[in-house]
Amino acid sequence: MDLFEMLGFGEQGWGSAVLLATLLTVALTLCGLLVGSVFGALVAAAKLSPRRSLRVIGECYSTLFRGVPELLVIYLFYFGGSTLITAIGQWFGADGFIATPPFLVGALAVGMISGSYQAEVYRGAYLAVSRGELEAARSIGMPTLMLARRILMPQILRLSLPGLGNVWQMSLKDSALISVTGLAELMRTTQIAAGSTRQYFVFYVVGGLLYLVLTALSNQAFGRAEARMGRSQRRNFVNP
Amino acid sequence: MIDLDFLLDTLGKLLAAVPTTLGLFFLSLLCGGMLSLLVVAMRVSPYPALSWFARGYVLVFRGSPLMIQLFLIYYGLGQFEFVRESPLWWVLRSPYACAVLTLALCTAGYTAEILRGGLLAVPHGQIEAGLAVGMSRWTLVRRVIAPIALRQCLPAYSTEAVLLVKSTALASLVTVWDVTGVAQQIIQRTYRTMEVFICAAAIYLVLNFLLVRAVALLEHRLSPHLRARPSHVPTQTKTV
Repeated sequence: MDLFEMLGFGEQGWGSAVLLATLLTVALTLCGLLVGSVFGALVAAAKLSPRRSLRVIGECYSTLFRGVPELLVIYLFYFGGSTLITAIGQWFGADGFIATPPFLVGALAVGMISGSYQAEVYRGAYLAVSRGELEAARSIGMPTLMLARRILMPQILRLSLPGLGNVWQMSLKDSALISVTGLAELMRTTQIAAGSTRQYFVFYVVGGLLYLVLTALSNQAFGRAEARMGRSQRRNFVNP
Repeated sequence: MIDLDFLLDTLGKLLAAVPTTLGLFFLSLLCGGMLSLLVVAMRVSPYPALSWFARGYVLVFRGSPLMIQLFLIYYGLGQFEFVRESPLWWVLRSPYACAVLTLALCTAGYTAEILRGGLLAVPHGQIEAGLAVGMSRWTLVRRVIAPIALRQCLPAYSTEAVLLVKSTALASLVTVWDVTGVAQQIIQRTYRTMEVFICAAAIYLVLNFLLVRAVALLEHRLSPHLRARPSHVPTQTKTV
């Protein structure tokens, strides 16, 4: 079977499986990032809070998820979670091994890891919003929710885009580790295809190239988003 | 409830695997560091062929997941007959050596970018002054550029070193018996996921903490000129 047949969309071809797996990888990373934005926002708020206990909790979360290898976190969530659910099942009389759904647990793991990095991004973005604007809003009696909605959120969104671009790239590569749970995302599909056809080099190169394509496309998308959101700002060193 | 015997036994087994992890870390740090010097020299060179090759190298190794790089080098290269016959086979056959090679290549990409940032932070006036007094290029590098650039990139480099420690966990996927590999082995035999993974996570946290403190100490020792001078206040006034 030659190269084109193997990578193509015919009966013996792995092309469609690999492309579907790429979509699954993107979906997984997207869900993970959404989960992470919730955790990240909470941890950023905790780290910025005037209460010391909240700051300590935020620091612990950051240290934990930035210090422990991602592979261990995924193992802990998936295999630890499965053991927990199996134990709970046994209390109710169920027999055998119950596994947690790999997409859910994978997205949760990637999410909580990216949450610790996103917290730093959001914290930096909040500190970069001009204090004068917040003081002015307070002085005219703007309620806090309106202040958050009209002043903080738009600026935090704009200021955090570069950092979020980095976190997205990092999460895309962490999603490859979710292959250890057996979920058929890009890394696992590449592994299965390579093992099945014994063409390890070809398929791992194809997988690597697909990740590079995803990275390049993400860079473009984030660049455009940053340009659009920052269009009201003055740009340095730009010749007219 | 908590089985102290099992925990101590697990901790002992995991600590016995720490030398493997540290070996992976130090070897890949050294090899990656030397390789990154080469890559950054190519990146800032005036010849476009070298510069674009270095750009491509950094793009590939920062854009694709470490797991795919690892599998490509370990499984992918071993597939070819000419590799198996070549004199490099004694290196490429061993999973430990493949892991060190991949980690070194990957960290060289990230470190080259960090070094490039450090090089760009050297004040141009100092380089001009050095050239004006007739320093040769090598003397200039040795006495002006290298000290300033290396000190500037220490904070970013500590982040990269922590990421390298976490990346060594992936070597367990190619049958290297590091801390994560031994933890997996214990779990497959005893099914006590939570305790074992928490022990392994604690070990990595301690390693990362020590690493961060070591780099902070190095930074502190290298920047006495950036801190306030110790004032020599006489303890008693002397009348002449």
